Amino acid sequence: MAEPFLIGENMTGGYGKADILHDCTVAVEKGRIAVIVGPNGAGKSTAMKAVFGMLPLRAGTVRLNGEDITALSPQDRVARGMAFVPQNQNIFTSLTVEENLEMGAFLRRDDIRPTIEEVYNLFPILREKRRQPAGELSGGQRQQVAVGRALMTRPSLLMLDEPTAGVSPIVMDELFDRIIEVARSGISILMVEQNARQALEIADRGYVLVQGSNAYTDTGKALLADPEVRRTFLGG
Amino acid sequence: MTRRDAMLFVLVALLMLGTGFVQSWNTALQILNMGLISAVMALGVNMQWGYAGLFNVGVMGFVALGGLAVVVTSVPPVGAAWAAGGLRVLLGLATGAGVIAGAVMLWKRMAAGRARALAMLGWLVAGFFVFRWVFDAGVAAVEAVDPAATGYLGGLGLPVLMAWPVGGLLAAVAAWAIGKTALGLRSDYLAIATLGIAEIVIAVLKNEDWLSRGVKNVAGLPRPVPYEINLQNSDAFVARAQALGLDPVIASSLFVKLCYAGLFLAVLLILIWLSEKALRSPWGRMMRAIRDNETAAEAMGKDVTRRHLQVFILGSAVCGIAGAMMTTMDGLLTPGTYQPLRYTFLIWVMVIVGGSGNNWGAVLGGFLIWFCWVQVEPLGQLLMQGITWPLPADSALKAHLLDSVAHMRLLTMGVILLVVLRFSPRGLIPERHGHRPGHRG
Amino acid sequence: MEFLNAAVVLANFVLIPATAYGAQLALGALGVTLIYGILRFSNFAHGDTMAFGTMVTILVTWWLQSLGIGLGPLPTALLALPVGIAATAAMLLVTDRVVFRFYRKQKAVPVTLVIVSIGVMFILNGLVRFIIGPDDQRFADGARFIVNVRDFEAWSGLQEGLAIRTTQGITLVTAVITVALLFWFLNHTRTGKSMRAFSDNEDLALLSGINPERVVTITWIIVAALATIAGVLYGLDKSFKPFTYFQLLLPIFAAAIVGGLGNPLGAIAGGFVIAYSEVAVTYAFKKVLGYLLPDRLEPDGLVQLLSTDYKFAVSFAILVIVLLFRPTGLFRGKSV
Repeated sequence: MAEPFLIGENMTGGYGKADILHDCTVAVEKGRIAVIVGPNGAGKSTAMKAVFGMLPLRAGTVRLNGEDITALSPQDRVARGMAFVPQNQNIFTSLTVEENLEMGAFLRRDDIRPTIEEVYNLFPILREKRRQPAGELSGGQRQQVAVGRALMTRPSLLMLDEPTAGVSPIVMDELFDRIIEVARSGISILMVEQNARQALEIADRGYVLVQGSNAYTDTGKALLADPEVRRTFLGG
Repeated sequence: MTRRDAMLFVLVALLMLGTGFVQSWNTALQILNMGLISAVMALGVNMQWGYAGLFNVGVMGFVALGGLAVVVTSVPPVGAAWAAGGLRVLLGLATGAGVIAGAVMLWKRMAAGRARALAMLGWLVAGFFVFRWVFDAGVAAVEAVDPAATGYLGGLGLPVLMAWPVGGLLAAVAAWAIGKTALGLRSDYLAIATLGIAEIVIAVLKNEDWLSRGVKNVAGLPRPVPYEINLQNSDAFVARAQALGLDPVIASSLFVKLCYAGLFLAVLLILIWLSEKALRSPWGRMMRAIRDNETAAEAMGKDVTRRHLQVFILGSAVCGIAGAMMTTMDGLLTPGTYQPLRYTFLIWVMVIVGGSGNNWGAVLGGFLIWFCWVQVEPLGQLLMQGITWPLPADSALKAHLLDSVAHMRLLTMGVILLVVLRFSPRGLIPERHGHRPGHRG
Repeated sequence: MEFLNAAVVLANFVLIPATAYGAQLALGALGVTLIYGILRFSNFAHGDTMAFGTMVTILVTWWLQSLGIGLGPLPTALLALPVGIAATAAMLLVTDRVVFRFYRKQKAVPVTLVIVSIGVMFILNGLVRFIIGPDDQRFADGARFIVNVRDFEAWSGLQEGLAIRTTQGITLVTAVITVALLFWFLNHTRTGKSMRAFSDNEDLALLSGINPERVVTITWIIVAALATIAGVLYGLDKSFKPFTYFQLLLPIFAAAIVGGLGNPLGAIAGGFVIAYSEVAVTYAFKKVLGYLLPDRLEPDGLVQLLSTDYKFAVSFAILVIVLLFRPTGLFRGKSV
């Protein structure tokens, strides 16, 4: 099997003495969507942070496009084309929508106008609200700002930590549609989701984590079809 | 106390003894006495900061209130002033208190809204003018009574030692008022609020002549110990001094200072004993638990703000006692000499350097830093003379540098504080249990 | 006529001085609020930073005066100001490197940084007194008045003359220019926006590749400029005395908190709120009322609400009221 675009392989580590992740592996192919699901406290967000370099690993490697990036800081990973949207506090509330996007592109020295246009095309509502402080927007719009901000670096990999937390079902569907659109443009997507069923429906690859280890790994469709997974994690 | 702690205290004792041998015993005792008072102040600040993590930078205000207590307790009442307007002043103060109480009632009784705000404003403005009308005439009458000598109401004429608990009481009342408003808010807010109240206390002392003569000062406060001149006139004392081979004048001065030292030491020991007991009691453990994790303590049903208020009042009261002790020793109240750097921030240096959270540390810091504060000046003078000796005697730079030596003590205190914070952030005698404040998980 | 006279008196003794004082406080509070927003602590050394910058400016002013260089009707200090700012910036950056950075890397809690800033306060205070002494220094030169009493009386025919001191005019003009530049910088430059972003959400700023050390450096430089300008304007308007600058800490903090800590607009509003209240409450309104009221009602007393020595009480009272009823300040500041 060819090396995936991004892979966090056999990751083991945690914040203190106790490990949270045990030999956990997640990967995503170029332009595809990988989703991490699992019960509360399964280490989903931790796995995400490990991939992004926000968690010290005792064992395992993270490779991006074949290059070992395990030792890089999150900032350096951003420079390498990774973008991360945290679950909480993922926008600059006192800055306007457009300033949020500009800050996303802080490291870029070239013309960022076209990228801003792309984001506005992806999320048209943001164009309307470009001069408003992002903190005044609704939950779903804030998430769009957060994703937009992350896209401003023109990443090759977009990591989303529960992008649909706290938004209504309609907004959630809308957001998933946009995420698919982003993936179609060639950007790989790795995301953690609480809404496991809907997320697996759009996933090319699904990872079910339990207590920091891989419990099931398959395509999204296969996992949805697996009676064991359905019974244990998807509520029948 | 560990061996190392004891050694540190021995070191301080040696420093004092050294001062006695090298400079004079008079200086040594002076440093000792102010060191004892500083230790009490440091103990008070340590209760607030070390036990509870409360950031009080209004120490000066509480110390000054202690000073005021000495005047209002021990000075004999000025009969003429009382006759002239004493009751009217008291009535004025009562009016003021009534207006405030009324405002609080109004606020609680009326429903929120514009009507309440307007009623409140109207009440306060009207109340202010009534208060001034009653109060000002009384003040004018009191201050007109022989202003060169009195011009104030005087005190209660009680024994001066009574002033010490009264000082604590005054400080406690002020602390209650400030704590009620500013505790429970962010720590920086308490800091700014206490900084403000301290300035206001000093402004009151400077301006309310009817109370303590303002900047005209109150001198000749009663003493709890004999007067030098009486000792010198006592044949028995002179004989004893001569038997020890001492000049009676020097001996009398030393004797008086030793008496003060005895009194101060007694107060310090009692306070240490009480603080240590409190720190080890369930109350002290709860205090530290709150300090180390306020959220968890609150979740366990502890009334954090109430506990904070308690310890804030206690610590401030201790500072008030120390302030009363100091004014008693000085024998005069001079509101103009209260400076925040000396009476607030220096005490903080003592607590941090000594070891916050540890009573013995605070006491050690009190002695040590006070010693440094006094001795930096002569040492700096020597140093500066050494540095400037190549300059010609009439050099303007030399004169300037030698003149400025006095300000080196501020610089030195800053450096000491920063060095200790950096390399020994828990102080010379660190807290032995739990975490230190300022580094909560 | 009587009304105009009253208005002139009011302008002379309340409006104009309070506006100048408010502008000085606002600049001071902006410095405090920027440090709070970016470095996340209340800097107790700010008053002494102002004193340091002013001291350098005064020394350079004296030197320029000794060379016979001046600005004609304007105070020479304006010419010396850039040197003062540069020296203060250098001093603050060295302080940051030697003192504050260590605690920043440790992620120490804010109150530790406050205590550290007290140490810095002691050192700066000692340094300033050591170099220039603890006494009053006057360094204003040039024309004393823009509008003077006699000319105004001759021109208007009123009994009361309006006086606007040069230093008051300069305070206002300089403050307006400084604030305009600051807001332009914060709202329209990449670096300024990155500072706001950093203040808003540090973690996300890091994720976006904003370099925290660069933000901190620029913050200190701006703070140096604001503190020095505030200090020099205050010194020109009144006089320079190290202890007074230390005491300014209280109204400046009150202004910053009243406006909402961390919010630049709030700092400006807070500065004026504090200044106007302080001046209005401690001003004796006898003369103003004398013009407005019929003779028979003319007040006997000074009609002064509080003696000037209680001006701290005014800052304090406003502070307490705001803390009680709106703890995040008039303009919503940080509540962390």
